Amino acid sequence: METRIQVLAVVVSGGLLVLVLELVRSRRLLERYALLWLFSATILLGLAVWQGFLATLSSAIGIIYPPNALFLIAFGFVIALLLNFSIAVSRLSDQTKVLAQRLALLEKRQRDVESVGADSERELEQLGSPR
Amino acid sequence: MSGTAPNLAVVPAYNEGDSITRVVRQLHEDAPDFDVLVVDDGSTDATGPLADAAGAAVVRLPFNVGIGGAVQSGFVYALEHGYERMVQVDGDGQHMAEEVGKLREAMEEDPQLDMVCGSRFISEGDYLAPISRRTGIHIFAFLLSRIVGQRVTDLTSGFRLYNRRGIALFARDYPHDYPEVEAVLMVHHHRLRMREVPVKMLSRTGGISSISSGKSAYYMVKVLLAIFVGLVRAKPVIEPGDEAPVAAGARI
Repeated sequence: METRIQVLAVVVSGGLLVLVLELVRSRRLLERYALLWLFSATILLGLAVWQGFLATLSSAIGIIYPPNALFLIAFGFVIALLLNFSIAVSRLSDQTKVLAQRLALLEKRQRDVESVGADSERELEQLGSPR
Repeated sequence: MSGTAPNLAVVPAYNEGDSITRVVRQLHEDAPDFDVLVVDDGSTDATGPLADAAGAAVVRLPFNVGIGGAVQSGFVYALEHGYERMVQVDGDGQHMAEEVGKLREAMEEDPQLDMVCGSRFISEGDYLAPISRRTGIHIFAFLLSRIVGQRVTDLTSGFRLYNRRGIALFARDYPHDYPEVEAVLMVHHHRLRMREVPVKMLSRTGGISSISSGKSAYYMVKVLLAIFVGLVRAKPVIEPGDEAPVAAGARI
């Protein structure tokens, strides 16, 4: 692999790894969602550094120019990450729905309790002040 | 609201301020042994207060969660308050309160039934949906009838009466966006029993249908997806006391 493109690949995937680590460290990214990112960045960095393996891999799957294999793998990771997020969003919207329902039912119960309470207070007042 | 009647009418309503008062009043009049619960699905108009003023119990969702989530709130409410039966009546005035009795009679005739659906298409009604939509409904009805091994004619009708088992199932899990078709599949998968009863329905009196013409295509695709997912979905959850699942329960 040509040196320039190798340097570029190492810098980009290394930068990605550092960025993800920093986001986790500063608690802007939950570990749960960082795992797949860390995994992808590590693999990409490993392949960018260790050219021999990348060359073997690319010839094994019939790719003549090894950096293309790197792109292909990176693309695979992007797909995996996107799917992961779709799953996460689906779960979140389901949880949000349940929360909204619980909240609405609780509010209803709260209003019922309050109106019953107000009624009995009024009755007590009437009892307490005989005219 | 007495709180002791074993029957509940759930009215999901999103911006139905024009019709909700009439719907609630007619339910009180024509279905007097049903408590009325209006689920205000995050309306931006006065639907909630109007329903309250008309004498219904109101559950107000904090934002619009969609028809499936709104109706499911009704199932949860019915389950938690120990109602024996629950009927869903749309907030747009399309479903007629005096027809609730027909659903109820069908369920009383055959206590095995867990869900009774009101169908516009069994008998001649004066209901006329747009031709595109009717065609879609008939295609789905044909497909689904094959799958569940029972004739189903009106899949998109939300005018349905459920017993305790139906309520419990759908309180636990009710489909999201266009729930009626998938609900039929779920009833089949969970080995509950359903039947259709001919009812009359009116054209809408106010508001905008949840299925606008622009969304029809999306609706078709979504429902088709739901049907095919339903076919290959993991095995039905068997509740205690149920008979063991028989292989090849679905035939297509």
